[in-house]
Amino acid sequence: MKIAHDNAERHVLTVTVDNEPGILAKITGLFTARGYNIDSLTVADISADHAISRITIVTGGPPQVIDQIEAQLDRLVPVHGVVDLTTAGPHVERELALIKVTGTGEARVEALRVADIFRASVVDTTTESFVFELTGAPDKIDSFIALMRELGLVEVGRSGIVGMLRGAEGS
Amino acid sequence: MSDTPKADRQSGAAILTQCLVDQGVEFVFGYPGGAVLPIYDELFGDERLRHILVRHEAGAAHAAEGYARSTGKPGVVLVTSGPGATNAVTGIADAFMDSIPMVVITGQVPTALIGTDAFQEADTVGITRHCTKHNYLVKDPADLQATIEEAFRIATTGRPGPVVVDIPKDVQIAVPSARNAAKLTASHRYSPQMAAPAEQVIEAVEMIAAAERPVFYTGGGVINSGPEATRLLRQLQDMTGAPTTSTLMGLGAFPSEHPDWLGMLGMHGTYEANLAMNKADVMVCIGARFDDRVTGRLDAFSPESKKVHIDIDRSSINKTVPVDLGIVGDCATVLGQMIESWGARKPQDLGEWKARIAGWRARECLAYPEKSTKDPSAIMPQKAVERLHALTHKREPIITTEVGQHQMWAAQYFGFEKPNKWLTSGGLGTMGYGMPAAIGAQLGCPDDLVIDIAGEASIQMNIQELGTASQYRLPVKIFILNNEYMGMVRQWQELTYESRYSNSYSDSLPDFVKLAESYGWTGIRITEESELDAGIEAMLAADGPVMVDCMVAKDANCLPMIPSGAAHTEMLLYGDAHEGTMDDEAKALV
Repeated sequence: MKIAHDNAERHVLTVTVDNEPGILAKITGLFTARGYNIDSLTVADISADHAISRITIVTGGPPQVIDQIEAQLDRLVPVHGVVDLTTAGPHVERELALIKVTGTGEARVEALRVADIFRASVVDTTTESFVFELTGAPDKIDSFIALMRELGLVEVGRSGIVGMLRGAEGS
Repeated sequence: MSDTPKADRQSGAAILTQCLVDQGVEFVFGYPGGAVLPIYDELFGDERLRHILVRHEAGAAHAAEGYARSTGKPGVVLVTSGPGATNAVTGIADAFMDSIPMVVITGQVPTALIGTDAFQEADTVGITRHCTKHNYLVKDPADLQATIEEAFRIATTGRPGPVVVDIPKDVQIAVPSARNAAKLTASHRYSPQMAAPAEQVIEAVEMIAAAERPVFYTGGGVINSGPEATRLLRQLQDMTGAPTTSTLMGLGAFPSEHPDWLGMLGMHGTYEANLAMNKADVMVCIGARFDDRVTGRLDAFSPESKKVHIDIDRSSINKTVPVDLGIVGDCATVLGQMIESWGARKPQDLGEWKARIAGWRARECLAYPEKSTKDPSAIMPQKAVERLHALTHKREPIITTEVGQHQMWAAQYFGFEKPNKWLTSGGLGTMGYGMPAAIGAQLGCPDDLVIDIAGEASIQMNIQELGTASQYRLPVKIFILNNEYMGMVRQWQELTYESRYSNSYSDSLPDFVKLAESYGWTGIRITEESELDAGIEAMLAADGPVMVDCMVAKDANCLPMIPSGAAHTEMLLYGDAHEGTMDDEAKALV
């Protein structure tokens, strides 16, 4: 017999939660227990009293599954709200990456030139290495990393996506 | 919620017991151990709370479920850390699946020892995270009052469910400093939507009014919503005339003697209920969740109907079956809104639809063979349940069950006229549920007749609770349909695995009569059909607890049945050949 696989579409969800112990485990555990995917997940507290955290999850699935994910998240007691940015409207997605590149001579100069084009900033340097900091949409970071691969890429760290609706309204 | 802070100079354990009293708790089902000794010391001599000492923590959780399901009030469990908590997990998961309000207090090792693999340490919050509605680890006695108050609110409102509160031993002993006392005020989070938007109510009513072939498909949500939901369901049915079926969990919300009652639907539901679902043009699902036992093959489930789904849990809507109108709200509230919106309308003439249903009814799908083919002298189990019903229904008994064939026969042949009389493990399907649930129900409803319809295999899973009933002089009755098989497993092996009965024979059974007697119960054995009525009467006449070992036909199967992967129209009925095997797609379904 065959094991069925669904056609997935990518969605970015933001979840505001009470910043209490176990909430992240509850959310990630929900995804594993119900067989949902997590492509990336970021979390940090966002209120002055550290009481509220915002989680951004990039997930994938058919529309019915995405609707279920939203509903399942929404019924967790510490969850205040869930917004599917992908369906809610125009939004921005940003990611931060730190990229370490080593090299000397022409490769080093080229790396710096490409970094300039991408508006990456140098946050650490030695005579034979750079650490670049780059923020942007995920595909911009992908392209930069692809170029750096040819110029002495050593290490990549990415934050995962943070997203927000465009316009004046809060979500 | 009380206004006076009770934290003044009271230990965590004292705060806890006071909170339980404030919540109106009558019974605490529990078992002591090292990490809850401070709480047990508070309970000592406290007349306000009655502690019921079970024999195993699984029994405590199921007893709390039985109490909750029969009274509508939350069940409370108190167990120790480590094995105490893990033993209770099955009951917690059971309550989660069947939406039973329950608050489980677990002891934990002292905060300084958490994470060190201390004696009887288990990560209770981690283990129960996905089988509770919510859970807490309380690290400061000052948080206890607000936590317990919120735990009860979460357990009992919205879609009910179990909540675990894990309390380290040092938190039970410590006294909150005056500065920290009651610092945590009860939160305002979690407010389930009770009423539906007016336009949705109007749309639902218009759909029902326009329907030629309506059906109401009701579930445990109607029972959970309280007696008012049952009353309003009957009223709306009366106004609309819609034929009504119910899930296993919803039995009793609609009276089984009503002419428009179709019987239970689903895998072992009636022919008329499943055919009505299949041919309906408007289906109104009220407090049910399109479980796989109910729907059969999804792509063939009620293909012609427009579907309305009323559920307090948004995640139940469109989970497995896409519906035309999803209404998030409390059953009683929404039913009330619909009745108001229906107003003085007259229902459609449903004569043609009801005539078709009468045709399906005429198939008499519950008419079982008079005699077993292999042992013609044996009592048919269906007959035993019918006689039990006939001889007890005037007393409106509370029926609990274990899980398996006997459970389905009880659902099929024991008619229920009122809610909260039928306690069974539906979602999780937990063998060993019935006896402790009966104990909890008997405590909550001391004047009611409480009968556990059991199987000889299931009953052994929590057989130790015989002692609990003895200790508290609870006159529960256990009626075992003893066919010396895990009958449902045997039946599936007949259907799917060419009758290779792998490990489904109940070997080395105890003598249930002597076993009962050794616990101070009355034991009765019934072997002949001629003894059936007298045996049941003797069971009813006995003052104390009674265990009846009713020997029934070993080869009887539970029909009608929708086999795995089949549609509602492909039911097996008595008389159909069904032994053999199935393809892998069907075998893979549960």
